[in-house]
Amino acid sequence: MTTTPVAPFTDLDAAPATPDFGPATQLTCRECGTSYSLGAAYACVECFGPLEVGYDFSGVSRAVIESGPQNMWRYSCLLPVASYAGDERNLNPGLTRLVRADNLATALGITGTLWVKDDSGNPTHSFKDRVVAVAQSAARRLGLGTIACASTGNLANAVAAAAARAGQDSVVVIPSNLESGKVLTTAAYGGILLAVDGNYDDVNRLCSELVGDPLTADWGFVNVNLRPYYAEGSKTVGYEIAEQLGWRLPQQVVAPIASGSLLTKVDKAFREFVSLGLVEETPWKVFGAQATGCSPVSQAFRAGHDVVRPVRPDTIAKSLAIGNPADGPYALDVVRRTGGAIEDVSDAEVVEGIRLLAETEGIFAETAGGVVVATLRKLLATGQLDPTQETVILNTGDGLKTLDAIAEHVGPTATIAHDVDEVTRVLAEHHARHR
Amino acid sequence: MSVSVRIPTILRTYTGGASEVTVDPTEATLSGVLDALEAVAPGIRTRVLDDTGALRRFVNVYVADEDVRFTDGLATPVPEGAQVSIIPAVAGG
Repeated sequence: MTTTPVAPFTDLDAAPATPDFGPATQLTCRECGTSYSLGAAYACVECFGPLEVGYDFSGVSRAVIESGPQNMWRYSCLLPVASYAGDERNLNPGLTRLVRADNLATALGITGTLWVKDDSGNPTHSFKDRVVAVAQSAARRLGLGTIACASTGNLANAVAAAAARAGQDSVVVIPSNLESGKVLTTAAYGGILLAVDGNYDDVNRLCSELVGDPLTADWGFVNVNLRPYYAEGSKTVGYEIAEQLGWRLPQQVVAPIASGSLLTKVDKAFREFVSLGLVEETPWKVFGAQATGCSPVSQAFRAGHDVVRPVRPDTIAKSLAIGNPADGPYALDVVRRTGGAIEDVSDAEVVEGIRLLAETEGIFAETAGGVVVATLRKLLATGQLDPTQETVILNTGDGLKTLDAIAEHVGPTATIAHDVDEVTRVLAEHHARHR
Repeated sequence: MSVSVRIPTILRTYTGGASEVTVDPTEATLSGVLDALEAVAPGIRTRVLDDTGALRRFVNVYVADEDVRFTDGLATPVPEGAQVSIIPAVAGG
């Protein structure tokens, strides 16, 4: 076994006057276009609009990417990070497997090729390791010694683990009703874990209020004041899909929607690859998946609205339970621009989706993955997704994190004595039932 | 009446750096509070409201602990002693 040497954690007291953010050049408001210098800012002073990283890409080629490390840092030249970001202590996430899902395709009547981008293979078993890696790098460049977040669980895991690896302090804020698995797998990494009485939107509000408080002067909230950098990490999901398909784009992608950021960044990744000449420009459609118990973006899509009206979440898909999604309007824009659609599914369908993916492909997804599979089925049934085209669905997290969701639905085939006759009897009964 | 308004970092240039401002609105609604806030911090209202006078898309306003989008928006009643919070919506996920 080999280990990759890593540089010690950067001296946080020595943040340079002009931070090195690689190809990133400025932050720009998505609403009114006002530009800002790169810093710990996230909302436009003029209109409250979200700030997005702008770039001046140079020296990007397939060869440069292919010669990079076997993780997301192979795309450093396309991210707001210094070229050496991957050499600093971090979890080195990314380059997760793209699994050809022929059995699932057959079960659903899909005749085009179906793939699962399985991000449960990341270090803390969700795609959040990607976004945290970029935010952690930004925190270093900006001299922020503590990384913090508002989380529905997966991000909590990722922040606590990344901080532990870097020898950094962390403060993770979660709703107190999270799945026990996500609470324990955050607490295990140490750091401060605050469980707040309230839902995720309450937690998010609290963290937004903490930004600007003297108490948090050297804190980088990865999904608040570092959000422009953090969100860019999700682009690597799109880059990897295109590279793993042999430097080409899929025709259809189905992504879960929580804040809506991941969906928009996968689309952005495809657009960047096209504009940089890394892939041929072929049409793609982006589809969104929500749980009915928290479906503000799906409801807006169905109603033809550009504005997303907040809802109070009530679903087992807690990792998607954001009632007031920050990027909801942009997710709507992407889906409509590409000719996709957004659907939502019941909690019962979510469980069926988890089981279907597990039973057909051996991939055990958390509830968000169940939402995606169930939504794929619904999109097919309603004729909104073309079963003859190549489709990639995103599994963003590991089923081991949300065992509560399926605990009442699966279990031992039988509990028996250690006796051969008992095994014979149970198997006969089992086969009779499934004949 | 007296109402406390929490000011987000990006609007504190209008309040001399203050994170909280106490106002005395003549009308006990969110709209009245924003009028009173404008009187002590000129220019701040157009940062919170758009050209049509509606709350901007990416700003959340809470009266007590309630998001006004779940209540009556700018017409939401603001009782004596209540706290109003103005918060950027671009967070989370």
